[in-house]
Amino acid sequence: MSALSLLPARRPVPGVFVALTLTLAIGWLVVLLDGGQLFNQSTTVSLLHVAAGLGLVAVGQTLVILGGSLDLSVAYVISLSTLVAAETMNGSDGALLPAIGLALAVSAGVGLLNGLLVTKLRVNAFIATLGVGLLLKGYLDNGYDGPAGTTAPTLVQSLGYQRIGPVPLSFLLLVAVTAAAWFALSKTRFGHHLVAVGGDPEVARLSGVRNDRILVTAHVLCSMCAGLAGIYLASRLGSGAPRVGTEGLYDLESIAAVVIGGTALAGGRGGVIGTVGGVLLLASIDAIFNQLEVDAFFKQVIRGAIIIAAVAVYARRAMRKAAA
Amino acid sequence: MQTVQRRTLPLRLPRVRPGGVLPILAILAVLLVLVGIRQPDFLAPPSLMSFLGRSAPIILLAAGQYFVIVSGEFDLSVGSLVTAQVVVAARLIDSDPTRTWPVVLLLLVFGALVGLVNGLITTRLRVPSFITTLGMFLILVGAVYLWSDGAPKGGLSEEFRRFGRRAFEDVPLLGRVPYALLVLLVLAAVAVLLMRSDFGRTLVAVGDNPRTAELSGVRVWRTRTIAFILSGLAAAAAAILLGGYSGVSFQAGAGLEFGAITAVVLGGVALGGGRGSVVGAMLGALTLELLFALMNFYGVSGALRSTVQGAIILLAVAVSATRSSSR
Repeated sequence: MSALSLLPARRPVPGVFVALTLTLAIGWLVVLLDGGQLFNQSTTVSLLHVAAGLGLVAVGQTLVILGGSLDLSVAYVISLSTLVAAETMNGSDGALLPAIGLALAVSAGVGLLNGLLVTKLRVNAFIATLGVGLLLKGYLDNGYDGPAGTTAPTLVQSLGYQRIGPVPLSFLLLVAVTAAAWFALSKTRFGHHLVAVGGDPEVARLSGVRNDRILVTAHVLCSMCAGLAGIYLASRLGSGAPRVGTEGLYDLESIAAVVIGGTALAGGRGGVIGTVGGVLLLASIDAIFNQLEVDAFFKQVIRGAIIIAAVAVYARRAMRKAAA
Repeated sequence: MQTVQRRTLPLRLPRVRPGGVLPILAILAVLLVLVGIRQPDFLAPPSLMSFLGRSAPIILLAAGQYFVIVSGEFDLSVGSLVTAQVVVAARLIDSDPTRTWPVVLLLLVFGALVGLVNGLITTRLRVPSFITTLGMFLILVGAVYLWSDGAPKGGLSEEFRRFGRRAFEDVPLLGRVPYALLVLLVLAAVAVLLMRSDFGRTLVAVGDNPRTAELSGVRVWRTRTIAFILSGLAAAAAAILLGGYSGVSFQAGAGLEFGAITAVVLGGVALGGGRGSVVGAMLGALTLELLFALMNFYGVSGALRSTVQGAIILLAVAVSATRSSSR
């Protein structure tokens, strides 16, 4: 999709954290001059909550993008998962674990479908996951007008609102999922193969990697991450919400976070740590704007500009390195 | 239409050239037969003409998206651009007929400008077009809400709305010919001529292999930027027709980018560029609209539209993918 794939490898991880630090420093100063306080308890907590939701999706998205694929269906998987979880729980703690299991299983099923379409039927990932997303959208639009089901109280109290100091449990879940993904990518055969498939599928195939199996696995894991984000959102909202995924723009924002985090959109280069940096960057900008009481629509304009600018900076740096 | 035959395997059916318009014509014919069985009235000239007029905006968007896709990029900003154009038009015209033409001109300039910015960011700053146009999407939606404080203001003049909703009545044989259909025919002819010109060939070459094109002296960045400008102009034309037909709302263009991409893919254009025709893309859009009309006739719930749309894209692309990969 871009000329970037022709350029040599780079180490993009620090870049996003430099940007994050700068953003937080400048944000802190501006908010201070405005008479507010950026790092108070409530702002930090809400920043981490925003990051937890987007982060779970983005970590999954990182896996498929690393493999040279893409998942545009995550927003619908999130909505579906909130409904499956909340309707199965129906307000009772007894059904908690089966409900979580079912939501993850349904998500995994969608991921499996995505993966098979991309690998076996060789449908372009953009179209395959867009198509599956539309299938789910039709189901959700047809079956639900508004919130449905009730989340188990225990889940709301734990994953939804429990925190240790300023750190919500959900953010710790994100840390755990990120650590697992990082481990899988850098220490296991699956991870090495996934990066190889994303870098050059033909070379990977010739070196004995089972491309299809690797990519299907990545798609299943990505969808399960989206399902997990759905369970988390259901625990925040207390019920299933048929449009929560699309209204949160989780499909596009998760891809943006991955790319800002330095993972190449064409695949083969990058990692989950950078993605978490990208997520924190987006969440911080959000928090700073909230503190400054910036108009919601203006916030969106700035966010669009920042996404483009961040990626442009990476592309520039990659070009300079290629020239050097 | 060229077909490729293999002499070594005489039993094989003649193959359809990938990217050709034959498959989409076949699907279109099947849908027309199905519609004819269920609702023969629909195929009578007047209602068919109205249908074509109503489909004009999405067909134009598909043509615009085709230019970008065949050159190897994406334009995800067209839906939000249409919304922005409609809202801007309503506020600037503010029901004053004398402002119609200046605003139409302004919309075209605005569309071209957004395309130019998309193109330059993608080609000069090397941001993947997926990200560029997604960012543009966020910027346009945010900006248009910001500018109108969350509710569309003003109104379109009757003269502006004429393009989208009026028609030449009492035309012999055809019954009525919507203005939108005439606009579509003219612009479609321009698109076809453009693709037959040197520019068209260059555009396809750029999408097929940018490196080769670059080495043979094509300025890839300029060609792709022009493709984005054409997409912006198509969005402006679509917005003028759509605003006229269905009026002003923040939902005017919602989801149209995916509709246009679906249409392009359905019409046999390869994502990633270099293959497929603009006629195929426009026929793809027509097929999609006909499919939705058919679903109405069969009483399928409107909410299930997207499920069927999803299934159709997957089917169309899977069939063409297995066909081209078994070459």
